[in-house]
Amino acid sequence: MSRTRALAAILLLGATASPGSAQVAVRGNVIYTVADNPLRNATVVIEGGKITQVGATPEVSVPDGFRVLSAEVVTPGLIDARCTIGLSGYLNQPHDQDQLERSDAMQPELRAIDAYNPREVLVSWARSYGVTTIHTGHAPRTLISGQTAVLKLRGATLEEALVQPLAMIAATLGEGAREQDRKSPGTRAKMAAMLRAELLKAREYLRRRSAESEEETGRDLRLEALGRVITGDVPLLVTAQRSQDILTALRIRDEFNIPMVLDGVAEAYEVLEQIRTAGVQVIVHPTMMRARGETENLSFETASKLHDAGIPVAIQGGFEAYVPKSRLVLFEAAVAAAHGLGFENALRSITIEAAKILGIDDRVGSIEVGKDGDLALYDGDPFEYASHCVGVVIDGEVVSEEIR
Amino acid sequence: MARVALTIPWLMVLLPAQEIPQAFVGGRVIPIAGAVIESGTVVIHEGSILAVGKSSEIEVPANAKSHDLAGKVLMPGFVDTHSHVGNVDGGDGSGPLHPDVRALDSINVRDARFQKAQAGGITTSNIMPGSGHLLSGQTLYVKHRDGSSIEDMLIRREDGSIAYGVKMANGTNSRREPPFPGTRAKSAALVRARFIEAGEHRQAIARASRDGDPDEAPPRDLGLETLVEILEGNRVVHFHTHRHDDILTILRLADEFKFKVVLQHVSDGWAVPEQIAASPHVLGASVILLDSPGGKIEAKDNRLETARILDAAGVLTGFHTDDSITDSRLFTRMAALAVRTGMPRERALYGLTMAGARMLEMEDRIGSLEPGKDADLVVLSGEPLSVYTQVLQTWVDGQKVFDRSDPRDRLYAEGGLNASHDQDAMLHHIALGEHQ
Repeated sequence: MSRTRALAAILLLGATASPGSAQVAVRGNVIYTVADNPLRNATVVIEGGKITQVGATPEVSVPDGFRVLSAEVVTPGLIDARCTIGLSGYLNQPHDQDQLERSDAMQPELRAIDAYNPREVLVSWARSYGVTTIHTGHAPRTLISGQTAVLKLRGATLEEALVQPLAMIAATLGEGAREQDRKSPGTRAKMAAMLRAELLKAREYLRRRSAESEEETGRDLRLEALGRVITGDVPLLVTAQRSQDILTALRIRDEFNIPMVLDGVAEAYEVLEQIRTAGVQVIVHPTMMRARGETENLSFETASKLHDAGIPVAIQGGFEAYVPKSRLVLFEAAVAAAHGLGFENALRSITIEAAKILGIDDRVGSIEVGKDGDLALYDGDPFEYASHCVGVVIDGEVVSEEIR
Repeated sequence: MARVALTIPWLMVLLPAQEIPQAFVGGRVIPIAGAVIESGTVVIHEGSILAVGKSSEIEVPANAKSHDLAGKVLMPGFVDTHSHVGNVDGGDGSGPLHPDVRALDSINVRDARFQKAQAGGITTSNIMPGSGHLLSGQTLYVKHRDGSSIEDMLIRREDGSIAYGVKMANGTNSRREPPFPGTRAKSAALVRARFIEAGEHRQAIARASRDGDPDEAPPRDLGLETLVEILEGNRVVHFHTHRHDDILTILRLADEFKFKVVLQHVSDGWAVPEQIAASPHVLGASVILLDSPGGKIEAKDNRLETARILDAAGVLTGFHTDDSITDSRLFTRMAALAVRTGMPRERALYGLTMAGARMLEMEDRIGSLEPGKDADLVVLSGEPLSVYTQVLQTWVDGQKVFDRSDPRDRLYAEGGLNASHDQDAMLHHIALGEHQ
């Protein structure tokens, strides 16, 4: 995470530090801290929204007056590394679909924070299964669709939920970005040409802004936003499913020396070496995403193959245009776990690895002293179909006790 | 004429008959009919089940090929009561009711989703046209045999006719510009008018038959003939429905026209379980459980509890993939999610097998492991409803159609390059003589 982003995160945290959080301790027969080996018969203490103690239950002193929750299994709060929750509403009607603005193929100035609805049904739905942090925002399916943000699934306002107001800028290469009716881009080559031209413009805009006064340069929201990618503050999140589109993304990354996170990567197993060499981070498609069109070659084993090649992966809930309106990272990681990734790596893919990609692993993604008090409680193996999430804690606040 | 006589002599390209018995020995056998057998043996021969019982009590024929299933689970093949594999289509945009249209005439057997259904342990499917019409056409019941034409997958009823049902829908999907209905009431009125017309057609045929005067008979009408079959209880209506009031409308129509109906999707079924249970016309409810609510207004209240609630109310409750809404390879997951909300495990397994068989009126042939029934089997790596369990083998009518240890089959099971393209045909097991 760049310093600017870290600073922004800290400032925002300062502004929104969990005022309503209770003092809570959570006991687990098994606690998957993710930071270390699982702990048996262990307790986590959360004070002022932060984890203050983690250890074997007999060795942890729970202060008087603390509420104590118990569960068979405790994990870090889950992180959905890429979704559109809060922007693409569950009714799927024009009035609740804010994840895609079709008026222009490139609109990096569109902010997720101006669209996020913390009271959307899918917010509390995802939370009730243990998801505590999401990276949400503008969807794939247009060349540059807009910005993304990182949010906690808490609070009734954006401000209470906000972790990072500008996390990444979402771009798409391949069939998904193709515009209709002779609008550009109509081809893959045109997509790359347009994206490169826009990056050049942003670079030139930054040069002029540093050389001239703001009055002379004027403000351009679009180039300002893309300029954050040029300066390296904000990664370009590129949804690319076909292997050729993945390589196009890497080619553009090399040309402009910009931070990039790959998204989707249905055919990653065809270009593992290139992805590994590039050192880019990867947020892999939902395991149960439908195999059709540009994702026709996806595999239940995509995440596993990336992991085996030494490429850290996060698994996403992604974007769905129809039924089901949202996928749940818990369910997607479960199927990946059963198809080569294994329990431990699947859990990492929706906790610490996701946190690292989002640059928030100093705060969330594992159960360690000093980190945010975000926990998910289950009555068994969280990935088993018939297990239930029995409690969710965010910043020390018990936000769900539904049996899900 | 009581029924449509299908006079076309379908040339059945039958798979090579199974020559020697196959014995599946030592696995945990879940017969669905009867108690679980911890160390059981199932013997099949000539496409049928010969014996099911404890390994200690079953005598394996001396010439049988034996399969050691120690540590594995053997179940009847799964029955998917609602699938769209094969890129099936139905009626066109010319009108809202197409009882003359057959799914049979539209299915692409080279669609890779057929292999994926085999990889999911599905041995029988009801392949249906979509839900964009009040009546989108005739469905087709198929066995997931290997083959190169749809004829290879047909199911014949006792009288030799092809097994199928009829797809209907209410709610929002079939609401469009005229001649489609614009409201729910109009939807029901259009359906009633057509069934009344069919009733008159039926009477005219009966009159001609009674009078012994063929010239008096009305001219053949492909659509009305199908509706007459429904009125006579000879075809089951598979009714796509979500909202609670739409479900009750179906019960009202079924009561008026006495048609046998399977409620498909029944998203709001949890709200009206007693009414569904009380209807003598409902064969069962085939439920879809979605990963999240919504995606369309009618599915906003879709809940994982629906199957549990309907089952507890006494409704015959099964599941469907609605492939590609959900993936055929993960069909067991649907039942497992029902268990997550409290549906008893054995009822959920029944829902994957016998319940579907009964909804397709094929319970005498499929859905359980019993001597005399079709040899449709699934070999699983472990507990059927665990996320970690894989389908290892699928057998249809005594032929092995999926084997996870075969790299080509594994490609369909996992996905990957070219796993979803149309395939050359599901002949590779046959070509290589591997079906035993």
